[in-house]
Amino acid sequence: MPMPASEIEALLKAAFPDAEVVLTPLAADDDHYRAVVTSAAFKGKTKVAQHQMVYAALQGKMGGELHALMLQTVAKD
Amino acid sequence: MPSIHDQIAEAVSSNDVVLYMKGSPAFPQCGFSAAVVEVLNKLGVKFLAFDVLADPELRQGIKEFANWPTIPQLYVKGAFVGGCDIVREMAASGELQTLLTEKGIATKA
Repeated sequence: MPMPASEIEALLKAAFPDAEVVLTPLAADDDHYRAVVTSAAFKGKTKVAQHQMVYAALQGKMGGELHALMLQTVAKD
Repeated sequence: MPSIHDQIAEAVSSNDVVLYMKGSPAFPQCGFSAAVVEVLNKLGVKFLAFDVLADPELRQGIKEFANWPTIPQLYVKGAFVGGCDIVREMAASGELQTLLTEKGIATKA
């Protein structure tokens, strides 16, 4: 169940307007990505909370439509 | 029969380190699960593993339990630590070992 990179990026940008999103495909199947999301919204949050915020932004697609998103979140000052 | 959430709560609170994964530690069925097993083995940590592929109810229940959409999921002393990315990041930075030591869990490293 693939999901184009543009769609992922759009969802993340909508949830974190200040975010820098770097999305790299891990395979050419629109289904495996590595994402580095940098946003001030992550400041003071635990890693688990930061990742949960990203998953919430993806509106339930993670673990469903989107199989694999290697995720790294960075809090921006 | 307790609910799946009660069963998970019981499992993670009565065992120090619990991993919910796809497949078994000897035969992981997913690269992400395999990666967490590798981290734990490297640290020499004893853990209890549950194979979510063998139990559809558990597979769904564990996602709701931690409000976390993916598997694997690692729990230490009842607290959700993270999935594959967080566990790997914490292992690389040494945070994971610090956490385990703080919680009084033996590691060989």
